[in-house]
Parts: sequence; C-alpha cells; structure tokens
Amino acid sequence: MRVALSVACFDDALFPDTGKAVTALLERLGHEVEYPPGQTCCGQVHWTTGYHREAAALARAYAALFEGAAAVVAPSASCAAAVRDSYPRLARAARDPALARAAEGLAVYELTEFLVDVLGVTDVGAYFPHRVTYHPSCQAARVLGVGDRPLRLLRAVRGLDLVELPAAGECCGFGGAFAMKNSDVSVAMVADKVRHVRDTGADVVCAVDNSCLAHIGGALSRLRGGVRTMHLAEILAATGPA
Amino acid sequence: MTASSRRTTESSAGTRPGGGPVPLPTPKFASAARSALADTGLRRNLRGATAEARARTSAATAEAADWDALREAGRAIGDATLLNLDVHLEELERGVTGAGGVVHWAVDAAEAREVVTGLVRASGAKEVVKASSATLREIGLDAALARAGVTAYETAIADLVVGVGGDEPSHLLSPALHRDRAEIAELFRRTLPAAADLGDDPAGLAAAARAHLRDRLLRARVAVTGANFLVAETGTPVVLESEGNARMCLSLPDTLITVAGIDKVVPAWADLEVFLQLLPRAAGAGPMTPYAASWPGVTPGDGPRAFHLVLVDNGRTRALADEVGRAALRCVRCSACVNVCPVYERTGGRAYGPVYPGPIGAILTPQLRGVESAADASLPYASTLCGACADVCPVKIDIPGVLVHLRGAVVESRRRRPVPTPELALMRGLAWTMGDARRYETALRRSTRWARLLSRGGRIRRLPGLLGKWTEARDLPAPPAESFRAWWARRRP
Repeated sequence: MRVALSVACFDDALFPDTGKAVTALLERLGHEVEYPPGQTCCGQVHWTTGYHREAAALARAYAALFEGAAAVVAPSASCAAAVRDSYPRLARAARDPALARAAEGLAVYELTEFLVDVLGVTDVGAYFPHRVTYHPSCQAARVLGVGDRPLRLLRAVRGLDLVELPAAGECCGFGGAFAMKNSDVSVAMVADKVRHVRDTGADVVCAVDNSCLAHIGGALSRLRGGVRTMHLAEILAATGPA
Repeated sequence: MTASSRRTTESSAGTRPGGGPVPLPTPKFASAARSALADTGLRRNLRGATAEARARTSAATAEAADWDALREAGRAIGDATLLNLDVHLEELERGVTGAGGVVHWAVDAAEAREVVTGLVRASGAKEVVKASSATLREIGLDAALARAGVTAYETAIADLVVGVGGDEPSHLLSPALHRDRAEIAELFRRTLPAAADLGDDPAGLAAAARAHLRDRLLRARVAVTGANFLVAETGTPVVLESEGNARMCLSLPDTLITVAGIDKVVPAWADLEVFLQLLPRAAGAGPMTPYAASWPGVTPGDGPRAFHLVLVDNGRTRALADEVGRAALRCVRCSACVNVCPVYERTGGRAYGPVYPGPIGAILTPQLRGVESAADASLPYASTLCGACADVCPVKIDIPGVLVHLRGAVVESRRRRPVPTPELALMRGLAWTMGDARRYETALRRSTRWARLLSRGGRIRRLPGLLGKWTEARDLPAPPAESFRAWWARRRP
C-alpha cells in the first residue's frame, strides 16, 4: 500500500526520529511511504488558540496537499484529530463548504489506527526489551477513540514489559497554549502525571503524540526523573535478535 | 413577551453598558489560579471531594442501563426547547398567571435585582430567606437587598458555611467543597450562637446548622429561590434538593419569589422525566434527589399567598443566537463536568469567578458577560481541551468545541483593537511562515540553529519571550541538527 506520511511541524523540528521510525516500520511491513513535499502545519495550534482565520488558510493548504492520497498516516494523534474533528468545524466557522468537502475526502489515520484497522496487524515484529508504560493522550483517547489499539501493539512487542499507568486517563496538562497561558496549572498537572509515571517503575513512557511527551518529558528532564519518553512508533520500529 | 421598559441606572462594580453583569471574576484565571494552587489545604480538600464525586457519578450512571439513551434524549429535548424558547416561555407565563402567580421579565441582572428588591420592599420585610441558587448570585441579589436595608439569609448548610467563612462558593452543588470538616467546625464554633463547644462530628455540625437555620426559616415572611426547571405546560417551577431547606422556603413564608434563567424551561412533564433521571445521577447524588418540590402558583390556605416568577435573560438570548455557543444553555447544573475537570481539581471554583465554576463556567460566563474584559477572555483558555467534561455531560454539551469557538470570539474581539497584542502578532507571523513551505523551511533552519545555541547537554533550560513560561518548570529537548524533512531529502534525492 502507498502511504502518505504527514509529519507534524513540531515533530519535523524537534522529534525527527518519529517520522523516521514510521517510515522504517511501514517499509518493513512491505508498504511504500511517500512524504509529500510542501507540508508545513495542519493549523491545529491556530485553531485551538482561537486564530480561526489563520487556521482555515493552513487547513486549506493541508487538504490540497493530501487530496487523493489513499491513506494519510499521521504519527500525531492531535494532528489527526485536528484534520478529522476540527476541519469540519473550522469549515463551518469559515463558511467554507469546499473545505468541508475536501476535509471529508481525506483518509487520515493516526498511526495505531492505520496499523490495526487498515493493515490488520498488531504484531509488527518489534523487539524492545524494556519496561514501558503508555500514556493515552486526550486527543487519541477521547477525540479519535483509539481505545486499546496502542496497548495491543505494545503487548505484541517481544521483550517488552508493559506496566499500567495509574490514573492514565488524566490529561498531562499540556493543552497547547494552555501550557504557557496557564503554566502554573499546567505544571501542577504534569507533576501528578510524572509521579504516576515514576510509580510504575518504567524506563520508558510512550504515547502516540509527541506534544504530550514533550510536556511529560520536559518535566522529567527538569527533575532528572530517570524515565525516557518515546513515541510509540519508535518502539514499534525497534528490532533486535530474532 | 416583552422586556420591561424600566431600565435601571444602578451601578455596581461589574456594570458595563449594554447589559447587566454577572458578578465579576476580577483577576484573570491564571492569576486567580496561582494563589489557589499554593493553598495546600484547598488542594487536598478539592482532590478528595472531586475524587469522591467522580466515583459516585460513575457508579450512579453505570447502574442506569439506558444511560446513553437518556443523555441523547436530554440533548434532543434541550435543543428542541431552545429552538422554540419563545413559544414555551409564553406558555409558561400563561400557566403561572393562571395558577395565581405573577411573571416578571428581566432583560438583565440589574432589572432582575430591581424587580426582586421592589417586591421585598413592598412586603415590608426586613429579612428574606434564600434557597441556594446560582441565578441569585448571578444577578447579585444580596448586595442589592443590603442596599435596600434587607438582610438575606442562605438556608442550605453549605451556603451557611460559605457565608460564615466570608468567602465565595467554589462549586454549584457543594458551595463549601473547599472546606473540610475541621474547618467547618472551627467556623461554626466562632460564628454560630451556642456552638462554642461544638465538636467536628458531621451529625453535631448538621444539628448546629439546623438549629440556627430553622429559626430563620420559621420567622421569614419572604423567600427568594431559584428553580432547577420550569415546566411550561402547567407553569410549574421545580426544585431538587437534599436538605429540605428549599421546601421550607417554598411553604413557610407569605411571599415566594422565584428567580430563574429563561433557559430553565422544559416544555412538558414528560420531558422533565428525562432530566429527573439525568441530573441526580450525573451529579453523583444517586438515582434520585431526596426532595423534588414543585409549586404551581398559589393555593388558598396552603403555603405562600403571593408567588412571583422572575424570568432572567441576562445574556441568554445572545447566547441563544450563537449556533455553537447555545449548547451551553442546555446545562442542567449537575456539576459532572466540574468534578471531572483536572483544571478545576487543582484550582477550585473561585478562579472562574464567583458564579459558574469549572468547564461549564468557562463556556457560560463569557457568553453571558461577553469577552471584552481580560478576566472574561481568560475563561475559554482555562482548559487543556482534554474532553473529560464532554464525556460525562448528561446533556452532551460539547464543552471543548464551545471553548474553541469562544476562543475564536476572544481573538476576533482582539483583532478589533487598534494595536495588535503580542500574541496576535506572533500567531499571524507564524501563520504567514507556515503558509509557504520555503518560508517554513527557512524559519525551521534558523530557529533550529538558534535553539541549539540556547541548549546545553541536549536540552534547553530557558526560553525567551512568551515561550519562557514553558521553561519555568520544564525543559525542551534541543532540536536535532537535521530535521525530518532534511533527512528525507538526503535519503531520497
């Protein structure tokens, strides 16, 4: 299958390993990965911060760029949620029926949805001998409804010791502009998330969204927490002794 | 239906031209939240109380087999009612009038205050009893009555705690949720007569409050209450409560004044059936509330001799005109969203202003008051958009969707300012950069170089400007020298 890769601007700059991991993983599974040139940003930050005119312009460009792709895979739950959930709202707000139609035509999948639902795989042949916990990011769990797909993928990874995260469903406190506008509350929230992560005794906390991971990881790094953050894709891409 | 032509010129702290105010959240959310976050006792009380409320709600909703169908019915009834609100309100007015009551229409808080104060003044009473109602707080009734020389007494135990503690309610249904038992006992010992030796067992505290409140209830000649619902087909207000104080307010005094927002209307008793199941379960009060009282007008020889219903608009018509924002008017004030909100759990209700706390407050207050002031404009941003609130809302209000919509309204109002805010300039610049791949790539290369210069040991400890808030307590990883797109270009020439 030919897959169009959508890499979040945030990941492009700060977490390039995630896009590389998705590429490696999908190629290993026998699929062809394309990275359509000209991508910039899905407009999520502008939309959620209230800059709806600017978001509409970015959404139009995104929809035009990925139009006609058989499958667009985004290893960022919040970007996938922006396209699938926010674009229709954005189109209504901008009174732009063409954007609404274009958005409806986009086949955008968050990575774990694509693996489990479209490709029908849960065992991707990964090997990752570490103790890992999974943070279900809010956009993945509540907006996209990815459910236990990430956990099913993790359970099939050889060598991986999956530990449950206490109070997993509670937001890490990132929330885009919230982390700056309400930094005190945001920090109070991530403090609890970090406590729960450390309580698991995991070496690695993973998620399907690098923005949450940057928040959790940023706090862990400041506190010298001794727990690594990794995108789920990087775990699934890891291979080792057969 | 016509709004009274009487317009008040009364001014108060929050009055602005063009509409009566909800009492003000004076500081911006972030500043108000900061002091709450530092109050460790408050944090502990909030953590305990919200966790307990969440568990109760979850148990009560899980045991209703048709919970999702009920929620959908609640949403549908709410939407249909709002779309024909004028018709239902007129039917309500006919019902109330036919049952011997008098209906007053108040276009804003000032007018509602004036109507109620005038009625109390005409009765000659120097004190009134109140049954807990956010709408009474919304219109700022207590201060208006005080100016008219009338003392208003709350009759619910939690409101009594808030009153004697001299602070603001922190929750719609449990106004004293921020207080623990020891604090309440201390407040009662200090402020209630004959309570100097009170211990802190719940039964003793309740008995002390009951003795104190009962006396006021028995001597009151006027009561002012809110209503949970107004059944249009018979003109009947309905109130749900757990202590019995509202029932006493409804039955003991000579004059009963009920103040309710125009959004409280349900067309028929058959519709009420849905909400009577939804509200208590969502509120964590179990399958039903201990008391559900309804009072159609007046009955000779039984209960109040005069009944007045004051219907308050105060921004609701404006909210109704907003096709996204109007969903907030479906709210039944169950507080399920408040109890699950991770932001509320850490800040408490007062950061949201004195009337409507939590996620519902963040979408209701800015619609009732507008978004011109910095404090009102900060409310739609007081959320991570995590969506926990929408999951539990019994009438399926898409709270994150409305929050984002209202953020749009805030930004639009800022665009009208002569000088752009720093954030507007930044976001416009960012959008311009992102609007073209070459501009983006140039900016990416530059900011990567710049960020790598700021970093040490692979992490950035301090960022300048608006981003500095991030690095107050969190590191940022240094961007790798090669971006994903650069890697891709190198790999696939």
